[in-house]
Amino acid sequence: MAIEVRIPTILRTYTGGEKAVTGAGDNLSALIDDLEANHPGLKERLIENGDLRRFVNVYVNDEDVRFIGGLEAELTDGDQVVVLPAVAGGC
Amino acid sequence: MLTIDQATYDAIVAHAKRDHPDEACGIVAGPEGSDRPERFIEMVNAAGSPTFYEFDSTELLELYKQMWDRDEEPVIVYHSHTATEAYPSRTDIGLASEPNAHYVLVSTREHGNNDGPVEFRSYRIVEGVVTEEEVAVVPGLAA
Repeated sequence: MAIEVRIPTILRTYTGGEKAVTGAGDNLSALIDDLEANHPGLKERLIENGDLRRFVNVYVNDEDVRFIGGLEAELTDGDQVVVLPAVAGGC
Repeated sequence: MLTIDQATYDAIVAHAKRDHPDEACGIVAGPEGSDRPERFIEMVNAAGSPTFYEFDSTELLELYKQMWDRDEEPVIVYHSHTATEAYPSRTDIGLASEPNAHYVLVSTREHGNNDGPVEFRSYRIVEGVVTEEEVAVVPGLAA
């Protein structure tokens, strides 16, 4: 089972500069654990206190995972996952 | 140094003035690795706030997919401060996630929606370190 994961510029230090990596898992949480095994440090940048970080967006087939179950979002072979940090700030 | 053409500079300032007192935000995309801010893209501030800005998550994905298709990257990430100086706040620094981008800050605190000069400043923000840079406004980017 292979799921392609698009990695943003700022996290490519964990993927040896690769823009996309593949992983496996039947939900997002499992996928992130699988990615962590090959790219140590990545998980910490995505998850905080057991939940997705507030300012990291993850999409499965173009859907923001916050609307489809968050870390429990189900995955199947061939799904496309995109990680994008929020573009945000404040005075 | 940030080199920006006058029309793009004016478009960023106009957006900031129009959205005042809320923060305005957007990007200027350019070919990957070129450092040329060529394509001005206004974004909606999903926070709709005078003290915070955030791109809507769906629009953010659309924007990045478009850039990937065109082999572009965000050359400028801009937003406005409407009551404070044009300097990155602690939140701005903490959330800055494009190490290759010029972070442009415009302050509309002086003239709000009206005509008049604004502060327009540019920074690099890498791993929490802010470095201000010179801004060169040119009639048009060199071919």
